[in-house]
Amino acid sequence: MRSRHWGLLFALALALSVIAAGCGGDDEEGGGATTGAAAAENISGSLSTVAVWTGAEAKAFQQVLDGFKDKYPNVTVKYKGAKDPGQVISTAVQGGNPPDVAALNSPGLMNDFVDQGALKPLEFARGVVAKNYNPDWVKNGVVNGKLYGFFFKGANKSTVWYNTHAFEDAGVEPPKTWEDLLSVGDTLKNSGVPAYSFGASDGWTLTDLFENLYVRQAGPAKYDQLATHKIPWTDQSVKNTLTEMTKVFKDPDNIAGGIQGSLQTNFPDSVTAVFQTQNPKAAMIFEGDFVPGVVAGQTQAKPETDYNVFTFPSVAGKGADYVVGGGDIVVMFKDSAAAKALIRYLASPEAGEIWARQGGFSSPNKNVDVSVYPDEITRTTAGALAKAATFRFDLSDLQPSEFGGDAMFTDLQDFMKNQNVDATAAQLEKDAAAAYK
Amino acid sequence: MTSTSVRAEFPDPVRTPPAPPDRSRLRSFTLPMSFLAPAAILLGVWLLYPAVATVVRAFFDDRGEKFVWFENFDRMFSDPVIHTAIKNNVIWILVAPVAVTSLGLLFAVLIERIAWASALKIVLFMPLAISLFAVGVIWRIMYRDDPSQGALNAGLKVAHDSFSQEGVLPAARPSSDALTDRFVFTRQLSPGDTALMGLTAISESAVPAGAVQAADPESKSGAITGVVWRDFSPGGGEPGVVESGELGIPGVTVNLLRGSDTVQSATTENNGSFEFTGVSGSGYQTQIASKTFAQPYKGVNWLGESLITPSIIIAFLWTSVGFAMVVIGAGLSAIPRDVLEAARTDGGSEFQIFRRVTIPLLMPVLTVVFVTQMIGVLKIFDLIYAIAPGSVQNDATTLAFEMWKRSFSGQNKFGFGAAIAAFLMLLFLPYLIYQVRSQRKNA
Repeated sequence: MRSRHWGLLFALALALSVIAAGCGGDDEEGGGATTGAAAAENISGSLSTVAVWTGAEAKAFQQVLDGFKDKYPNVTVKYKGAKDPGQVISTAVQGGNPPDVAALNSPGLMNDFVDQGALKPLEFARGVVAKNYNPDWVKNGVVNGKLYGFFFKGANKSTVWYNTHAFEDAGVEPPKTWEDLLSVGDTLKNSGVPAYSFGASDGWTLTDLFENLYVRQAGPAKYDQLATHKIPWTDQSVKNTLTEMTKVFKDPDNIAGGIQGSLQTNFPDSVTAVFQTQNPKAAMIFEGDFVPGVVAGQTQAKPETDYNVFTFPSVAGKGADYVVGGGDIVVMFKDSAAAKALIRYLASPEAGEIWARQGGFSSPNKNVDVSVYPDEITRTTAGALAKAATFRFDLSDLQPSEFGGDAMFTDLQDFMKNQNVDATAAQLEKDAAAAYK
Repeated sequence: MTSTSVRAEFPDPVRTPPAPPDRSRLRSFTLPMSFLAPAAILLGVWLLYPAVATVVRAFFDDRGEKFVWFENFDRMFSDPVIHTAIKNNVIWILVAPVAVTSLGLLFAVLIERIAWASALKIVLFMPLAISLFAVGVIWRIMYRDDPSQGALNAGLKVAHDSFSQEGVLPAARPSSDALTDRFVFTRQLSPGDTALMGLTAISESAVPAGAVQAADPESKSGAITGVVWRDFSPGGGEPGVVESGELGIPGVTVNLLRGSDTVQSATTENNGSFEFTGVSGSGYQTQIASKTFAQPYKGVNWLGESLITPSIIIAFLWTSVGFAMVVIGAGLSAIPRDVLEAARTDGGSEFQIFRRVTIPLLMPVLTVVFVTQMIGVLKIFDLIYAIAPGSVQNDATTLAFEMWKRSFSGQNKFGFGAAIAAFLMLLFLPYLIYQVRSQRKNA
C-alpha cells in the first residue's frame, strides 16, 4: 500500500518536471518607463547574459557586472558561462529564448545571428563606440552598414613568448625580423632545446601563425580580400605564406614532440611544455597574450625572470607593428532600456578597467588607462592591441564556422604533416568554397 | 476491502447479480491508464515527438525554413568525412560487440573457478559506474605519446629499455660538414693526424656526468688522436673549433675504420679525447659508433590516425566487458549443474563441455548481450569526443559524432544533422524488429 503511493507520487513528479522544463527560462522583459536618457533609477528589469568566460574569468566579469549594478541598482543581471557560447546561444535562439546580451567569441557567429535576424542593432551606441575604439576595431562589428557589436575583451595574437633561460643558455636575443627568428631557431636547436612548441591538436594555433605571416607578407589589403573570400586560397600570396611556414615545420626535431607529438598536444599543454621548470621541451611559442594566464595556472614560471614576450617580427621588413588579434564581441538579442544601458556601460573604459586590474584581460578600448594593468608585460601587449594603427581580426574567426572553425584547422594540421603547399592551398580553397556557398 | 473482494471472486451464481459491464470495463481501463500516463507522457514528449520532428526536420534546409526534399541526404552521402564516419561505424559494429561478448564470456567462465570471485567481479564491473565521457578523459591521458606522461607508453618504455642497451647520448647532430650524417669524419687520416668530431643539438643536461672542458687534441706520431665534444657556445659559437666552455663527451665509442673494416675501437675520456695507437699506413677514418646514441623509445602512437579507432575501441571494451561478464555470469549460474555433471561423467574434456554444452545453453544470454552492445555501439559519441585529439577527429569520427558536430558545435547545420540522425534511426530498425520479435516469441 505504501509503495503504491510512492510510485504515484514519483510519476506525478516526473510529469510535473516535464511541464516545468517546457515553461522554463527566466526572461522578463526589462520594463520600466524611461523618457530619453532616463535617470539610472528609472531603468529596471532583469537581464540574462551569456559568454565564454568561466572560472576565474567569470569571477572577474561578475565584478564588471557589479560595477554596472552600482550605477543601475534596479537592474539585475544574471551571467552564465558556457564553454561553447555559439552552441548554447544557437539552441536558445532556436527555442525562442535568447539571452538579452551576450559576448560571442567570433564575428562569424555574429554574422550568422544577423542573418537569422536574431540580433538588434546597436546604432544607439554608435557615439560611445566610435569614441572608444579605433576604426579598425569598430569596422569588425558592422554588418550591412549597421553596428551590431563591439569588442569588450581583446586578445593580441601578434606576440611570441619565450623561455628566458633557454634564450640565455643559447646566447640569443629576441629577434626583430622573421629571418632572424628562423636563425635563432636553429641556434636554439644546437643548444639542445627545440625552438618551437605547437598545440596543433587545437588547429587554431596553426591558423594564428598563418595569419600573422600572411598579413605581413601579403599586406592588410590582401588579408581583407582573403578574409571575405574575394581572392581564392590558391592565390600565390597564400602559397608564399604556406612556403614560409614550411621553414618552421621542415625540421621536426626542432618542434617539441615532433610533428606527431604536436598534433596530439592541446594548447595549454603546448604552453606548459615551454615554461615548465624541469626540462622545458621548447624555447618559444607563437601565441597570443592569453599565454600568461596559462603559464600562471600551470607552471611556476614568473614574468620577466622566466618568461617574456616579443612582438611578432616583420617579414621581409614589413609589418613590424601590425597586430592580428581576436576578441569577444558584445551583442544584443533583446531590446530594452536595461539592455541598452548595459551595452553603453560595457563600451565605456570604466567597465574595461575593472577587469583590467584583475589581470588576464586586454581591452581594445583605447581610452582604458594602461597603468591599471597589473604588470609591464600586459601593459605592452594590451597597449599595442588598443592603439594599433593597423589591426586585423583573426581570419579564421571571420570565416563561416564550418570552415574557420573546422575545415581550416584540419587542412593546416594535414599541412603540418605533409608540407605540400599546392595540395594544401587547393584543399583550403575547396573547403572555403563549400562553406561560402 | 478484503472481505468484499473475496465475495467478488466467488460470487453466488444464482443470487448475486453481476456488476454492470460498462462500469467494470471503464474501471479496468482508467486505472491502468492513469498509472501508465506519466510514463506515456514522458515517452511522448521526450522520445516520440523529437524522433518524428527530427525526421521531418531532415527534409528542410539548415535554417528550417525551406523544404528541400532529399538535398540533405545528398549532401550527407557525398561528404568524404561522412564516408569515414560510416566506415568507422562498420568497424565498430563488426569488432566491438563480438569482442565484448567473447571477453565477457571468457571472464565469466574463468572467474567462476577462483576464490575472491565476487571481489573480482566488482572490480571488473566498476568501470561501468563511470560516465563514458570520464572514461574517455582517463584513457586520453593514458594514451599520451610522451612516455613521461602517458601511462601506456611509460609501461612500454620500461619493457623496451630492459631489453635494449642504453646509449650515452640521446640523438645528436654533426656540428659541421666535418662529419657526415653517419658521424664519419670525412677527411682521410694518417698517423699523426687529429680528428675534431663536434656534435650539436645536445642539451647541457644530456651531457654525461663527469664531462669537463673539451681538450684540443695534440698530434702524436704513430697514433691518430681526436676529440668528441659538445660543439656549442652561447650564440652558436664557431662550429668545428674547440672553444672554451665547450664540454667534451665521455664514454663515446669511436671506431677506427679502414675501408669498411673496423680496425680498432676506443672510448672517449672525460674531456672527450680518444687515441688510436700502433697505427701505420694511411686511408683511415674515424666514426662515432651508432650505439652511442640511444634514441629515447617513443612508444606507440596510440592517438595517431592509424591506431585511433582501435584505441577508442579498447577504452570501450574496458568499460563494457564488466557488464557482459556479470550478465553472462548470471546466465552461467542458471545452467543446471546436473547437465554439466552428466557431460563430465560421459567423458567430455572441459573444453568440449564448454563448446558443446555451456555455449548452446548460454545462447539466449549471449544474444541479449550481443544485441545490447550493437545498439550501444551504433551511437558511440562521448568516447570519440573525449579521446580523439582535434587533428585525428576526422579519422575517428562516427555518425553520432558527425551529427553532433554539424548541428551543435557551432556550425548550426541542423538540416544536415537531422538527416544524419534520421539515417542512424534507419540503421537501428533491424535491431528493433529483432527485439520486438524475440519478445513476442517469449511472451
